[in-house]
Amino acid sequence: MELQLSEDQQLFRETTRRFLETTTDLQRVRLLADEEPAGFERDWWRQGAELGWTAMLVPEEFGGGSMSGEGLLDLVLVAEEFGRLVTPGPLLPVSVVAAALAEFGSPDQQAALLPDLVSGASIATWALAEPGSSWLADGVRLVAEAAGGDLVVTGVKGPVEAGAEADQFLVTLRSGDGLTLAVVPADAPGVTVTPANSLDLVRRFAEVTFDHVRIPAAAVIGEVGGAADAVERLLEIAVVLQCAEMVGATDRVFEFTLEYSFDRYSFGRPLASYQALKHRFADMKLWLEASHATAGGAARAVQDTSDDAAELVSVAKSYIGDRAPALLQDCVQMHGGIGVTWDHDLHLYIRRVTQDRALFGTPAEHRERIATFIGL
Amino acid sequence: MTNDTLEDLESFRLRARSWLAENMDKMPETVGPWMPQDEDGMRARELQRKLHDGGFAGICFPREYGGQGLPRAYQQVFTEESIPYEMPFTLNVPSLSILAPTLLDFGTEEQKQRYLPPLIRGDEIWVQFLSEPTGGSDLAGLLTRATRDGDLYLLNGSKIWSSGAYRADYALCLARTNWQVPKHRGLTMFIVKIHQPAIEVQQIKMVNGVNEFCQEFFDNVPLPLDHVLGQVDDGWTVATRLLFHERDAVGGGSPYTSGIGPGSRQAPKDDLIDLARLTGQADDPHVRQLVAESRTGMVVQRQLIDRVTQGLETGHFQGPAGSLPRLYAAVNSERQTDIGLEIAGSLGGAWVGDTMAGLYGQRFLFRQGGSLGGGSNEMQRNIISERILGMPREYAADRDKPFEEVRHNTMPTRRT
Repeated sequence: MELQLSEDQQLFRETTRRFLETTTDLQRVRLLADEEPAGFERDWWRQGAELGWTAMLVPEEFGGGSMSGEGLLDLVLVAEEFGRLVTPGPLLPVSVVAAALAEFGSPDQQAALLPDLVSGASIATWALAEPGSSWLADGVRLVAEAAGGDLVVTGVKGPVEAGAEADQFLVTLRSGDGLTLAVVPADAPGVTVTPANSLDLVRRFAEVTFDHVRIPAAAVIGEVGGAADAVERLLEIAVVLQCAEMVGATDRVFEFTLEYSFDRYSFGRPLASYQALKHRFADMKLWLEASHATAGGAARAVQDTSDDAAELVSVAKSYIGDRAPALLQDCVQMHGGIGVTWDHDLHLYIRRVTQDRALFGTPAEHRERIATFIGL
Repeated sequence: MTNDTLEDLESFRLRARSWLAENMDKMPETVGPWMPQDEDGMRARELQRKLHDGGFAGICFPREYGGQGLPRAYQQVFTEESIPYEMPFTLNVPSLSILAPTLLDFGTEEQKQRYLPPLIRGDEIWVQFLSEPTGGSDLAGLLTRATRDGDLYLLNGSKIWSSGAYRADYALCLARTNWQVPKHRGLTMFIVKIHQPAIEVQQIKMVNGVNEFCQEFFDNVPLPLDHVLGQVDDGWTVATRLLFHERDAVGGGSPYTSGIGPGSRQAPKDDLIDLARLTGQADDPHVRQLVAESRTGMVVQRQLIDRVTQGLETGHFQGPAGSLPRLYAAVNSERQTDIGLEIAGSLGGAWVGDTMAGLYGQRFLFRQGGSLGGGSNEMQRNIISERILGMPREYAADRDKPFEEVRHNTMPTRRT
């Protein structure tokens, strides 16, 4: 959490928190997990969009706008709240596609797609990953074959978040030495979507198959083969949102685990009175504050497009990706046996954080990036 | 520039840059990541004097006591600009970052006028006399006594772990003045002139061969009444504040240090990159992971310091939050040491010639240093759990008991 929020930002965060507590508390999350194939309802997503969730990275002329004028920092507040309540919904994929269009799209592409994304009427997602390969740009192998002025694509993308719900896919393709970004409608001829598996109970993924799918030149974002920088920028935005979500989730779990240590008695004393446990809580508090600090540092750097943004993003992901899951498992240990039961909420958080840890680069993959960034 | 108008930060940066280039020497290249030795502190005094004469000493200290009276952003800018230059590192901790702010917090106007300007000028170096041979963590259980004798107090006992006391001029010394009250309420902080016949200073050789730490023996040291800092029997208040400044300094958050040295906020660890290259492991995936982990540890440390510093300013955090960066720095330092040793490989044990790799084995010998000094990690974890998280305090057998009834160790006699 940023320590210095404006009044508008505080109000925005409070509004989002109250909305989530009312509409998708953990009881509701469990119900959605059982009954809703998408993991969320489109009407609910539209209401969230009305609160501003989808507007932060989009210029005002397309219905966007942010509280502080620093849209990513405002959006981070929403991602943290999503973490605190393991909220469903395509916040990350919609935000990434909105950023791609807003920062790299043509005026026609922006006018055609952004207003519906911002209103929540349509959902778009990023088809970056491919089965069996890294979630970083190096893992992109699906080739964009040139065919006249168009591109033709045959192959598989996935797991793709909200793949079954998406109306548009932002597909990342390989073009020779370079990368290409293009928008493909879900109903384009040759596109098939198959549900995939997900550790998170309400955040659903799909496999997207392309069978000679024709992509008109007008659907390419920027230049064919010239999207490497854009893909890096989108990855940084995605990781910033993941980090904020992991920190939000960890913050909430630490909060209720600390409360539990005061309420739970053994040998006539609260757990909180045992030094062996106090010291573990002290370490957890340290990791949590350090996680807040590095998530905030990465968000600020990506917002400002600082020179060190890529490194700070990888620092945050590798630190939080290691610490947050470890911290949550420590919280399980503090709870005892109840902590590994289905009915306890802990596993909902561990699912979310473990998933965030794994996607868009594992901590080890981000450390490899850091080694390169610092000149090794 | 006058007192009323604050110089623009960027113009300050440019002024600092050109002044540094004209007046200060570059860091010696041969030194690598290690600080030049300055056994007697004369070099540091000389450098501090130069900073002072150039108007860059004590940037965050009030002007009336010899400082520049500027906000901490100016110190930060000056430190950034000073990275290529040799700076008076040995004065940063504890003299400038711990003792000076404590004097500023508790000194009478006379004391501040007398002691702060020479300290900031580098003419007088200060250290702290807190820990005793009979106990480190239980500071308030100390046994050194100051007994009232007419217009004086007479100091007897022994202090230990004072860094660089042999080259320092003054110390703040915490002593027991009242044995009939519980331990925290019978202590007084004294200003002590170190080099005098009634005080013997012995240097202590540590496992890494360094003999910066000292032990002092007091034999009826006369202390005039105006050498009391704060109130008589209220020395714990002063000590608590001193320890806050110490956590700030050791954790790297102090606004009173100049340059990238011990206790400053962004000590680089790029030497591991050199070590990886030197040992032919730059492409080894495991070594690349370790170097990146080291880098991550240092970057997050800086970010945590920034967060806590900001939180203390805005009231989001209270004083005990200083234990967070303090604990982080210690745990991180252990890990950095381990990573260095691992990358060094066999060179950490035996090596031919003058290679930096050999240093990592030697560093490992003193691995726990940062986790012991300035309140052990375990004490920091107590502070975090009890004073930040509000968990119940540990049982203490001496609570609310007059100190004379508390069981304690015996003050050892002087080594010969």
